[in-house]
Amino acid sequence: MSAEALTRAKNLLGDAITASHAYRGDETLVIDPLRVVAVMRALRDDEELALDFLVDLTAVDYLGREPRFEVVYHLRSMKTGARLRVKAPLAEPEDGTNPSIDSVVALWPGANWFEREVWDLYGIKFAGHPDLRRILMYEEFVGHPLRKDYPKERRQPLVRRDPNEG
Amino acid sequence: MGLEFYASKLADAVNWARKYSLFQYPFVTACCGMEFMSTFAPKYDVARFGAEFPRFSPRQADLLIVVGTITERQGPILRRVYEQMCEPKWTMAFGVCASTGGFYQNYSTMPGADQCIPIDVYIPGCPPRPEQVLDGLMLLQEKIQKGEGFVQRRERREHDALKKGHLKVVG
Repeated sequence: MSAEALTRAKNLLGDAITASHAYRGDETLVIDPLRVVAVMRALRDDEELALDFLVDLTAVDYLGREPRFEVVYHLRSMKTGARLRVKAPLAEPEDGTNPSIDSVVALWPGANWFEREVWDLYGIKFAGHPDLRRILMYEEFVGHPLRKDYPKERRQPLVRRDPNEG
Repeated sequence: MGLEFYASKLADAVNWARKYSLFQYPFVTACCGMEFMSTFAPKYDVARFGAEFPRFSPRQADLLIVVGTITERQGPILRRVYEQMCEPKWTMAFGVCASTGGFYQNYSTMPGADQCIPIDVYIPGCPPRPEQVLDGLMLLQEKIQKGEGFVQRRERREHDALKKGHLKVVG
């Protein structure tokens, strides 16, 4: 089921796919990050694939590897039950700014909060997102805590009591 | 035996009344809430200690029980709840997360609720058994009887300073 979906997707998308693998049901596509919206739309709207449900959207920081980040989309078809993972590798820009990828909120409104979470914790920007604000951490927070170079011991307290109180 | 004898006996009587009529405000944020419910249900029956009545308004409570993990983002809320309570008031950290941050050692978790409010009694355990909670409650009662709570100590310090003339009553 998912294996057929992988074959179908590879035929459909051609050179937008840079790699793929399948091991015990973890059918995965690695795609060109610049074409993420076109790829997602094709996977969603294809009659046979019908991967119409965005299960999850998350990211991974592979510090020390090039490209450093990877945005991961988990798709499922409500029609056939097939599952597919789509990974978009994302390099950190040379000038030290945040990496950016196109938003898929236009395809799945449910991606809104997922993308805000990835922005909050990994500092990956989603171009075209309607409201890209922090969602878990507070506005005063500096940095992106799930990046592997965020120091484990760093605390950014909002409130501390006077130790002489009471 | 002068007036002071009667004053200290009166304080003892007041503290005795206080320790057997704790009105608690449970600030429940995590899984310790389950053990909290168990402690306050009939099997362990905290009513035996006169503390059976949770008030879900800090303004009507005199014991703040911090049950569960406090995140940095919750800190200002907890502080505000504490400040809304009328004095004299006491606090209890229920479980290791509220006491020290527990096994969380990361960007989001406050390393113990005592970072933002004073805590009178720490109950370890992940989660603590109801017996431990009752033990903690009895320790708190001892503390109240002796007048050793944070707020009681501060009141006494202020009272002494007033007597020595270091502080002036304004208005």
